Amino acid sequence: MTDLTRLTAVETAVAIRDREVSATEVTQAHLDRIAAVDGQVHAFLHVDPEGALDTARRVDAGELSGPLAGVPLGLKDVVVQKGVPTTVGSKILEGWRPPYDATVVKRLREAGVVILGKTNMDEFAMGSSTEHSAYGPTHNPWDLSRIPGGSGGGSAAAVAAYEAPLAIGTDTGGSIRQPAAVTGTVGVKPTYGGVSRYGLVAFSSSLDQAGPCARTVMDAALLHEAIAGYDPADSTSIPSPVPPVVEAARQADVSGLTIGVVRELSGEGYQAGVQQRFEEAVETLTELGAKVVEVSCPHFVYAMPAYYLIAPSEASSNLARFDSVRYGLRVGDDGERSLEEVMSLTRAQGFGAEVKRRIILGTYALSSGYYDAYYGQAQKVRTLITRDFTAAFQQADVLVSPTTPTVAFPLGERLDDPLAMYLADLATIPSNLYGGPAMSLPAGLSEGLPVGLQIMAPTMRDDLLYRVGAAFEAARPAPVPPLSWEA
Amino acid sequence: MTTTTSKTTPTVPYDEALREFEPVIGLETHVELGTASKMFCGCATEFGAEPNTQVCPVCLGLPGALPVVNAKAIESTIRIGLALHCDIAPWGRFARKNYFYPDMPKNFQTSQYDEPLCVDGYLDVQVDGETVRIPIERVHLEEDTGKSLHVGGSTGRIHGATHSLVDYNRAGIPLVEIVTRPVTGTGAHPAEVAKAYVTELRDILRGLDVSDVRMEQGSLRCDVNVSLNRPGDDWGTRSETKNVNSLRSVERAVRSEVERQAGILRTGGRIVQETRHFHEDTGMSTSGRSKEEATDYRYFPEPDLVPLAPDADWIAELKAALPEAPSLRRRRLVEQLGLSELDSQAMTNAGVLDLVLATVDAGAPAAEARNWWLGHLAQQANTRGLEPAELPISPAQVARVVELVSAGSLTAGLARQVVDGVLAGEGEPDEVVEARGLAVVSDEGALAAAVDDAIAAQPDAADKIRAGKVQAVGALVGSVMKATRGQADASVVRRLLLERLGVTED
Amino acid sequence: MSQITREEVAHLARLSRLALDDAELDGLAAQLEVILEAVAKIGEVTDAADVTPMTHAVPLENVMRPDVVRASLPREDVLAGAPAAEDDRFRVPRILDEES
Ligand SMILES: [Mg+2]
Ligand SMILES: [Zn+2]
Repeated sequence: MTDLTRLTAVETAVAIRDREVSATEVTQAHLDRIAAVDGQVHAFLHVDPEGALDTARRVDAGELSGPLAGVPLGLKDVVVQKGVPTTVGSKILEGWRPPYDATVVKRLREAGVVILGKTNMDEFAMGSSTEHSAYGPTHNPWDLSRIPGGSGGGSAAAVAAYEAPLAIGTDTGGSIRQPAAVTGTVGVKPTYGGVSRYGLVAFSSSLDQAGPCARTVMDAALLHEAIAGYDPADSTSIPSPVPPVVEAARQADVSGLTIGVVRELSGEGYQAGVQQRFEEAVETLTELGAKVVEVSCPHFVYAMPAYYLIAPSEASSNLARFDSVRYGLRVGDDGERSLEEVMSLTRAQGFGAEVKRRIILGTYALSSGYYDAYYGQAQKVRTLITRDFTAAFQQADVLVSPTTPTVAFPLGERLDDPLAMYLADLATIPSNLYGGPAMSLPAGLSEGLPVGLQIMAPTMRDDLLYRVGAAFEAARPAPVPPLSWEA
Repeated sequence: MTTTTSKTTPTVPYDEALREFEPVIGLETHVELGTASKMFCGCATEFGAEPNTQVCPVCLGLPGALPVVNAKAIESTIRIGLALHCDIAPWGRFARKNYFYPDMPKNFQTSQYDEPLCVDGYLDVQVDGETVRIPIERVHLEEDTGKSLHVGGSTGRIHGATHSLVDYNRAGIPLVEIVTRPVTGTGAHPAEVAKAYVTELRDILRGLDVSDVRMEQGSLRCDVNVSLNRPGDDWGTRSETKNVNSLRSVERAVRSEVERQAGILRTGGRIVQETRHFHEDTGMSTSGRSKEEATDYRYFPEPDLVPLAPDADWIAELKAALPEAPSLRRRRLVEQLGLSELDSQAMTNAGVLDLVLATVDAGAPAAEARNWWLGHLAQQANTRGLEPAELPISPAQVARVVELVSAGSLTAGLARQVVDGVLAGEGEPDEVVEARGLAVVSDEGALAAAVDDAIAAQPDAADKIRAGKVQAVGALVGSVMKATRGQADASVVRRLLLERLGVTED
Repeated sequence: MSQITREEVAHLARLSRLALDDAELDGLAAQLEVILEAVAKIGEVTDAADVTPMTHAVPLENVMRPDVVRASLPREDVLAGAPAAEDDRFRVPRILDEES
């Protein structure tokens, strides 16, 4: 028997359906793999063998079925799962077991997907390297001394290291796509409103979106379809049918499509190797029959500043609920201190440096007297960025860019330089501000490390990502990580 | 607690203060809507449930939970706005009001800030036969907070407590806030105007059937703003008194604040802009947080909720279906019943006009209804320190008692006992009659013995009657009534006594 | 952009209930300064003046649910995560000031 952990999700599901292998065997193979390598990768914060094997048994008993029944998955620790510890990578929630399931989890359960455990992340999804996890960093399977991207570094690394064929990420400013790019995997941020946010611990409510992480475009499409769709529990959920992403991945054809290269998402700040792989990718798309045009989105240069005002502002409010009253950590309750003191001590000790930095920044940006210049202005810029997208989509069906300006940087390199860290999301942020879907997929290597190609589509045209992505993937298969640290 | 000059400066009597200063008042009224479920989740809203049994991930502010707007709450808010002659905003958003407080699960309140649902209305109230127009600035929708129990202090108050216990059942109940513009020109009776406003507002809300408006249960709560200025001067610095939870307290809160501020101003003092807490027991307020270091609420549009854009046709429908305004209904009924201006004025002042009209609606003759509410019930309200409307008896129950009397099943005295039984929470009038055994004894056989006993016990009176002094029968009737614990029909007793004594009346 | 002082950061920390020590306050003041300088360039966007701020990425309006009661959580689940509970309620240290 081949190594079950090397199969794609599609292959796994088919093998289980055809009874070539049981879901229990597949699950056990992945639990073993986690036991073998996660000490080095640290993709998981919590592994749930009982829960995983229980689901697998139910699949094997025929109680659960569907295109992904029996396929193992890593769940980013920002998604609440009933009874399973959910920390959001923070000390402030250590030990908390949610009394309810996120909608995404409900859908995964119904689809018979085997949830192996919770994956590591930057605390409250704030970061681009997973070094801001309160539980220690995740290591990039391509080079353990490098970052796996963030905030969803755990999900991307788990997929890249064959600990799971699938994972769930969340993307507020690039937290699915940037890790996908630097780990050589596929990551998709669906259209905002396409996947329910109910049960995602909120970072920035107007930007957060959950999506699939996988090793192939088709695997991502299947997971996308499993978790997407209208949810009345999320007021921002779009009441329309899910775009036909699986069908589009099958179609895998770019002929007749116009692809726009965004002038503002290249050049200065982009590594030469990254730029080179990107240009080759565009060539490939041309060879595949797409028409390529250059488009300009002049306000994209303001995307990062707008993002670093909007996201911290919303976060400062979203994170106020972590106050030591109803759940989570409580520090300093000695019977003498007042609630205000206990609350302030708890939050000071429970939150890490980056979270505190963003809470303070967001509190500042929302303060009376500063609101108009910061939060208000940032939202106006958001409108202009959306107009840029709309105009660009008049000229092109999808837009492309490098996903990240650089390949994976060494752990620790940017930890003390927040601004340098923020630059990692330069190209991914515009889609979050606009709300449209975007994908990152492997586009070759630079200095032996993966480079990501980003594809951006109009709102609710997630299918176009898969159509283009699958065509590209067929022409330029993803490089395989050497995993030389094993053995 | 901060100290203010109020403790040392003598107050100025109300009337005197208002001869010297002009008052400006403002009222913020919070109304818990009577929806079945909460504002943003499906939890029940029932009052008095076991602590923390009506909570879910949403209203407990659990990580990841998201709100969804209750359509009925929007409808009720719009209806309130329409009843108060407001414009309904064609588009608006909820906002987050950020501040930390343990009653508030998310540490922000989802409210409306610069885009309230209803704006620019008014409410006319009658005070001393004059109409005062109260301008309404806004009516907006928000969510209520949980409730804390303060433990370890002597009074159950926050001050001096060792710790607090929080119950989130109330958190997330839809709360409508009705804010007046500053009300000027109330002259010598700002306190009466304030009370009349809240009373009228309560009647409107009750008529709309959007809330049970029970001040004692907190479903209607008032914050009262007061400032004073000398004629010709700019408005003074205002104080905001919170916790005003009965109609009588609304009046007392304004009154005591006028007296307190006048005392300070008269001695050249300065009014501090502050929040004051009203204490029902003393009828006084004490200083709370000083507003000089204003809290920065960092409002911003709630990203978890999408904008509201009420459809114009729907608003028109709601408007057409509004019930008759209490003031109009009152005027119409007063005319129909032929009540004199003076009479209806007296009833208005006593706070019973609506009750009388509702009792008439329930079938009682106007005169009987009037007598009950201005008489025995007004007395009962007074002894209990309540407004007549706050008595635990409904107009329908009063009408039933009247019906029992006119059917001869109760005497006037028994009727009062029945009413007292209802007030004591013994149930419906018929249940009280049954339980207390208060039906009139009209069985003549049963009364005969009591009649004989009375005659035997008072031979002198009996002789006088036999001698033709019929008016002396009163004493004997009295003792028979006493012996039968009031359950006999006095006219039957009288007839039996006279028959027994061989006297015939012409 | 104005200089961010330690006092300003201390005020923000109070508003956001973070008990930060002096070193943290100084550090944050310096970092905030740098970050605000970097984001200040959105002030240059002159064509934003007449633009409507974008608060939502979805063009939805009037999303509402019917007024229907749904099951609440079992109380043991409600209190299971509480740092302290007493008499079926969440127990918190003494509260300094009333605010509402
Ligand atoms: Mg309010
Ligand atoms: Zn609830």
